[in-house]
Parts: sequence; C-alpha cells; structure tokens
Amino acid sequence: MKYSNRNLSQRHYVIIGVFAAVGLVFLLKLFSLQVLDKELKISADNNVLRYVTQYPARGKVFDRNGKLLVYNEAVYDLMVVPGQVKDIDTAEFCRLLKITPESFHERITKAKKYSRIKASTFVSQVSKEDYAHIGEILYRYPGFYFQIRTIRHYPKAIAAHTLGDIGEVNRDEMDADPYYKMGDYVGKSGIEKFYEKELRGKKGLKVVLVDVHNREKGSYLNGALDSLPVPGKDLYLGLDADLQAYGEQLMHGKIGSIVAIEPKTGQILAFVTSPTYDPNLLVGRVRGENYNALLQDPSKPLLNRAISGTYPPGSTFKMVNGLIALQSGSIVPATQFHCNGPSSTPIKCTHHHGPSPDLANAIENSCNPYFYEAFKATINNPKFGGIKKGYEYWYQKTQDLGLGHTFNTDIPYEKSGNIPTGAYYDKMYLGSWNSVTIRSLGIGQGEILVTPLQLANIAATIANEGYYYPPHLIRAFGDSTAIPEKMTTRMETGIEQRHFQVIKAGMKSVFEGSHGTARGSKIPGITAGGKTGTAQNPHGDNHSIFIAFSPVEDPKIALSIIIENGGYGSTWAAPIASLMMEKYIKGYTERPAVEERMMKGVINYDIKKKKQ
Amino acid sequence: MTDRNSIIGKVDWPLLLMYFALVIIGWLSIYSAGMSEGHHAIYDMSQFCGKQMMWIGISIGVGFVILLLDAKVFDAFAYWIYAGVVLMLVVVLVYGTATKGATSWIDLGGGVKLQPSEFAKLGTALALASFLGRQDADLTNRKTRIPVYGILLLPAALVLLQHDAGSAIVFTSFIFVLYREGMPGAGAVMLLAVGAVAVFVLTLVWSKTTMLIVIGSLFALTLAYYLLHKKKRLWRMVGVYAFFVALVFCVDFAFYEVLEDHQRTRIEVLLGLKDDPKGAGYNLHQSQIAIGSGGFWGKGFLQGTQTKYDFVPEQHTDFIFCTIGEEGGFKGTFLVILLYIGLLVRIIQMAERQKLAFSRIYGYSIAGILFVHIAINIGMTIGLVPVIGIPLPFMSYGGSSLLAFTIMLAIFLKQDANRLKIL
Repeated sequence: MKYSNRNLSQRHYVIIGVFAAVGLVFLLKLFSLQVLDKELKISADNNVLRYVTQYPARGKVFDRNGKLLVYNEAVYDLMVVPGQVKDIDTAEFCRLLKITPESFHERITKAKKYSRIKASTFVSQVSKEDYAHIGEILYRYPGFYFQIRTIRHYPKAIAAHTLGDIGEVNRDEMDADPYYKMGDYVGKSGIEKFYEKELRGKKGLKVVLVDVHNREKGSYLNGALDSLPVPGKDLYLGLDADLQAYGEQLMHGKIGSIVAIEPKTGQILAFVTSPTYDPNLLVGRVRGENYNALLQDPSKPLLNRAISGTYPPGSTFKMVNGLIALQSGSIVPATQFHCNGPSSTPIKCTHHHGPSPDLANAIENSCNPYFYEAFKATINNPKFGGIKKGYEYWYQKTQDLGLGHTFNTDIPYEKSGNIPTGAYYDKMYLGSWNSVTIRSLGIGQGEILVTPLQLANIAATIANEGYYYPPHLIRAFGDSTAIPEKMTTRMETGIEQRHFQVIKAGMKSVFEGSHGTARGSKIPGITAGGKTGTAQNPHGDNHSIFIAFSPVEDPKIALSIIIENGGYGSTWAAPIASLMMEKYIKGYTERPAVEERMMKGVINYDIKKKKQ
Repeated sequence: MTDRNSIIGKVDWPLLLMYFALVIIGWLSIYSAGMSEGHHAIYDMSQFCGKQMMWIGISIGVGFVILLLDAKVFDAFAYWIYAGVVLMLVVVLVYGTATKGATSWIDLGGGVKLQPSEFAKLGTALALASFLGRQDADLTNRKTRIPVYGILLLPAALVLLQHDAGSAIVFTSFIFVLYREGMPGAGAVMLLAVGAVAVFVLTLVWSKTTMLIVIGSLFALTLAYYLLHKKKRLWRMVGVYAFFVALVFCVDFAFYEVLEDHQRTRIEVLLGLKDDPKGAGYNLHQSQIAIGSGGFWGKGFLQGTQTKYDFVPEQHTDFIFCTIGEEGGFKGTFLVILLYIGLLVRIIQMAERQKLAFSRIYGYSIAGILFVHIAINIGMTIGLVPVIGIPLPFMSYGGSSLLAFTIMLAIFLKQDANRLKIL
C-alpha cells in the first residue's frame, strides 16, 4: 500500500494497548478469584466436593374418598464413587454388608463401568440397623457414603396393577431422560409410570466438602450451589378403595376382571383383575425375586386383564347392534323379527320366548336371530347403497362407541381390541362377502374382540344415554392443577338419546322382566340395567360376561365383569355385578348368601393343561 | 549471514520459544486433566494426551516444512488456499458430522476428523493479506473495501451456517488489521462495538427505562458540553446517541428472537440474571471453583481435584485453562497470560518491521485471530464472557486447531525470516 505512512504505523500502539488492557483485566480477575476470594478455596489437603442428591418425596396416592393407597418409607442406599475408593479392607467391608467378595467385585466393576467419578448405588436399601451400625465406621471406607431415599408402601395392598410399581432405571430410561441417574427409581407400570413426571418431583443437590478421611465437613460455599428438592405431586384417584377391595374379594378364585366407571365423569371406580398380588411384594430389595416368581406363575398374575385381555363380547354386543340399527333407521323399537328358537337360521336362538319379539323383548331374552336380523338390516339398508357402505357406517359407529381403539388416557399398556374393517373382509373373502358371511358380528362373536375397559365404557355410555368421558384413573392432583383436558372432554356417540332410552328400558327388564337373564340378581331397593353375555371360547368353557349400570334413573356406576370359563353370564358375572353396584350405592350389601357363594366360589382352572 | 540456507539462524527465536512453551504447558495440562481415568503414560495413544502428542509432532513437522518452502508461495497461492477452505466449508455443510449442535466436522475416516472452520481463518488471513498487499489497494477507496468485505463475510457466513457461532465471532478480529491499514471508520467501529456491548449488557441487567434515562442524561451532558465549547460535528454525536437508543429497543428482540435458547441462558447466567448451578451455570460455576481453588501457588502438577472427576466439563478442550488455574495457581495463570500477551506483542512488533505489506497485514491478521480466541476462551473460563465454545490456541486438545494455529504462525515466521532478502 502506497499510503502506508508513519501515522498508520503509530496505530500499532493502540492495538498493543488493547491486548495489554485485556490481559490486565484477566490478571485482575484471576487475582480476585485465586488470591482474594477465600470462598472458592478448597484447602490443599486433597479435599473433594461431593455432590449429594437430595431426593424429593415421591407423591402419595389417595382414593376418591381421601384414603391413603400409596406412601413412602425411608430407606438407606449405600453409594460409591469408584474414583475415590482407596485402601479399604475389603474382607471386613464385605462382612459388614453381608455380601461375598465376588459380589463386592461385581458391584464395584459395575459402578466403575457407569462412571469413576459419579456416584452409583452400591447396596440399595440397607436396613435401619445396618445403617446405624455401618454408618458409624464408614469413615474407614473412603468413597462410600449413605444416601437416604424412600420406597413405596401400600397400606391397603389392593389395586396392584392400577397403582403399578417403581424400580431402578435401566439404560434406555437414562438415555431417554437425562434427569435419571444410575440407581434412581422410576415408575415401571400403572399410574406410577403414567404420572412419573408429576409423582417424582424434582431432585435437589447439596454440595458438601469431604476430607481425606471421608468425613463431611459441611456444606460448600454456605450452600450457594445447593438446591432444595421439590416434592412430587400427590394424586387423588377416582378409585374407591372399599369397592376395589370388595371386588378383589369377590374375584377370588376366579380369572377375569371387573371394571367399574362413574358414568358422569369417566373416572374408574374399581379396576379389578384376577388373579392379583400384593403390591408390597414389588418394593425394595425383594422386588426382583418376587417379580420373577410372579412372572413364572402360570395363572399370569402380572397380566392386567382389564386392559390387556381381549374377549369376544358375546351378547353384550347386542346393545351396540341395537343402537346402530335404531340410529340408521333400519329398525324402530316396535320392529319384530321372527325367531324359530333353536332351529333359526343362519343363527339359532338359545333362549325360549315368543316367536316375534320386539327390540325390548329381544334384549330381555337375548334373542340371537333378532340381532342378526337387525345387523343385516343395518348394513343392507338401501339408503347406504351397498353392503360395503353400510358396513362402513356400522364400523364407524362402533368406533364412536369407543370400540376398536384405545382411549389413551392414563392407563399404560391398554389394548385396542378388534373391530374388523371392510378392507379386512375384502381381503379375507376376496371381495365377495355379505351379511351371512359376517353374521357372527350380529351377536358379538367372530372377529370382534373387546377389552373389559371398553365394555365398561359401553355400559357407561348407555347409562349416560349417548356420551362418555374417556375412562381414566386420575381425579385430581394434590396441588389442584388441572387434569389433562383429554380426560374431561365429553365424547359424543352421534346416536340419539331416544334410542338409548329404548335400550336402557330393555336392559332394565334383564333384571326385572319375568324372563330377564339376570332376574336372579335383582338388587333389593335399587333399580339396575344389565345385559348378560356368554362368549364362546374355543379353548374351554365359555366366558361369563355381564355389563350393567345402576340406578337406572340417575346412574352412579356402570361396570363390566368377565369371568373366564365362567359359563353363562348369569352364573357368576351377573351376581358379582349386582353385589358391586349394591356395595357402591348403599355402602353395604343385603344378600349374605349370594355374597358368600360368590366369594367362596372357586372355578377350577386346569392351567397347566391350558398352557399346552 | 554465513549460513544462507539455514532457516534456524533467521527464525525469530523469542516467538518460537513462546510457542513451544504454550504447546508444552497445554500438553501437560491435558495429561493432568485426563488422570481421572487412572494412571496412564503421557504418551499413551488411547488417551487425549497421547493423541495430542501425535498432533504436536505433526504440527511441528508441517511447520518445519513451511519454513523450508519459498516465502513467496503463500502470497502467490493465497487465493487458491482461500478457495480451498471455502470449498471445505461448503463440503462440511453438506457432508459434515454434528458435534454438540454444530455441523463443523469432516470425517476423514480412521477416527480422524477435521474442522475446516479452524483452517478458514488461516485462508481468510492469507487472502486478505494478498489482496490488501497489492500496490493499488487503498482502503479509503470503495473499490478496495467492497472486495475486502466479500473476502471476510463469505467464510464467516458459511461458518455461521454450521451453527458454529463461536468460530464466526472470530472473524470480527479482522477489524484490528483494517484499523491498522487505515480503513476509515475502523477505529470508530471498534469504539461503537464496545459501546453497543455495554448498552446491551446494561439494558439486560437494569431495564429498558433505566437505560433510556441513563442515555438521556449522558446525551444532555454531552450536548451541553458541545454547545458550550462550540464543538463541530454535532450531528455525528447525535447520531451515535440515536444508535444507542435504537439499540436499547432492539435488545429484547435480539435477545429473545435472534439468539438461540442455550446462548440466551449462558448470557443470563453470566450476568447473574438466572441462577442455575446444575444446568447452564454448571460449567461457569465449576470452572470458577476449579480456578479459584488453585490459590496463589496452585495445588501442584497432577494434584488438582476439581479438573479431574468431570466436575469441569470439556476440561481438556475448551476449559483447559481451568487445569492450569487449579494446579498452577495464580503464578501459573499469570505466566500463561504473560506468554500470550508476549506472543501477541511480539507478532505486532514483527509485523511492523516487515517490508512487504503482505507480511505485515498477514501478521496483524493472525494476531487478531489469536487475540479473539484467547480473550473469549479465558474470559469464558473466568466468568467474564458467556460460554462460547472455541479453543485456547496451542493449548486446547484438538488436532485441527493446533495444526491450523501452528501453520498460521509458521507462515508468519517464514515471512519474517525472509524479510532481509527483500530489497
């Protein structure tokens, strides 16, 4: 550059000045940090900072009446920081902890593999006695310290599947959410899993100075870096603890489920699956062992049949077909179809009644030919212009009634059941199918599968005369924050109320009519509507099914009962349903004989044979 | 000059020695920072210190080759090198692998990854020096300035597209060389930038209203001074204040819309607007604890506790200065800062003695680049600058940065050694 003159050359002093000024500022700041600031000193004798996690209390769980279902108990975990372990008497230590040297080696290797500098759990849930004893001499073992945390306890020992359990986080859970550290507990099933974020609260942190003798010398920087743990939210469930316990008693010795819903809110009142287990088995150090035992049990107690069992709904599905037939205008309440009894075609009738029942009669008597004809009239209704479009309408209405899909509220591992699509039949029968091909759908058999939860929801929808709230467990959070909107969103079926009233009347006569299939289970002083079902089971005796609601005028409870291999719906399911409703509405029952028969009744399952 | 062929006799030994001192202190610190995983030999190739040793060897080798080359090649090939790094930046945008949110690496296979943005600074310095070194270059003329903007902005924009804001900031360092070469307004831009940073920070710490009152009062005072002393260029002073007022109103927008979440949090933590010792504030707290715990004398080599055990993240790369602070104490940090300032001053002095404009401009360019790296990196570890992930020259672990900085310095050494041949 030509104009490069002396003036410009002087500018290098400015630049050197800038550099020097920044260097000076840095030196001043460093002097202040390193020499003046006494707080940041950690004395030179090799002190280290220990980051102790402050575990928050996990939220408690209450039932709808404020009865405690789940609370916390303090336990002590022995933690290890492998990088700080040195010169310890391993043999003595093993004796104190009652572990073998091999186990010691295994544990320390696992901890090292996780991290040499972050703490991991060495022995979880040391007993209070051991904690007191070992705690005194722990200073001899640098790198080890105790951490207090809590485990779950279930005072009522009910609703194991619903409440779920917590267990140590696994690799995937740690990867998915950096909040979790090795040895943390996380909800593994039930509401413990679904409401994990609400229940867990927020961990706090305490930074303490630890000297070379493994002794804590107090909080670092006067706790400036510490944060307090935030306790988890309490949960108030819709569950009624007494009703739940009663249901579990009634189901003793039987395989199946009871789902009871409060129709006006969709809150689940009782969620019984049988066989069940004591939730206290799956806490603490015994969890793994007990879990494996339950897993091996051939009666599958870990399976929540209320959401994971799928069954053909049998005659309880007739209500659905009746409603869709009415809404599509394919029948009216007075419509009569001819019934030839056992010699009817293509579906025979298993009940004895008059030759030409109307709709209410057909429900009371559970007439198979009537509902086959009603189903046929729906899908062949000329207004749809073809069976495929008619079937499409029918399919859509089953979806609106809450079948064939999950509700996705707060119940993990829910199954969706099965309502076959038209496309499925096209594929199955190469496009040529008609109402006779799929006749089983008319009476709730064939490809149709529903979960007990979906069935209970059908009962609630009928009780409500046309709508439902997606069934859910939560009623409120302890801090009064709103529950997810999805659970308080009213779902409309698009079927008119008057049609439901016809069905409801028919279901009332199931209890009260002279031929009613549940007339033996009438509840003293309370009206109820119901429908029996007997689902054919290719593997053994038929499943006994019942759906019901009560009182008819202003339903407070709607439920579904399934007793596997229980035979007719009226044998087991209907009496149990009536007792559940009576118990919930009155608070007591007046039929000791029925109650005793149900509670003591044991169905003999040849489980080993069934397994083959 | 008996030994005409020996580069050893002509090379600037003070600069070279400071370079070696920094590289070796860095290497030992990386070794010490890696001690948490058990004791390893310093040359253990599975460890960071071993790999760094390999890169030191490669860098010295490459630097030596550069000293043997003809000094003129760098001017001659400046544009080609520039084109090459720009091409690399484009390639990394298309094929790069992401590390910590920034897509700035090219995987060469065999575990070797290259960070083109480290070399982009070198290429840009060469191209700028070559362009401004021409006889007809005149920064007071727009015909010169516009290509200069182009040379600087193209790689800066490409680096920014990789979400590597730290490396992009380094391109602001060229303001020093533009100022030295007499670009009109460069000095004013530097002052305005300092003022703008002050306005930005104070608006966040105080509030918009307070800040407007403060600026208003200052304006009134300045205006009174101007009127009393009948100063000229009143409009220019008014313009500056108008700019600051406009800036106050832009702060919210810039802070909440332009900056990314993590960048915003880092600034909030630095200014004490947000306390988050486990989250974004973690690095800052930990690095200050580590440095502060060193005291005046330090805990001694390999005796640190805070810079091992992962308390300080990235302790071998961006936070290597913590290890020096903890183990070396104030005497260690004092020495390192002295070495850096000495290195920078030496480069400036050497640049001033060059006969070729190319060499001088190149010298100022690398001084600027090194300065911004050092200022941001050390400023970040001691809590004066928000956390911006750029390496500490010659010391941080990382082959790309060490090699690039070594090449930068070697080219300058070669230019300097050759200066006496220029008539």
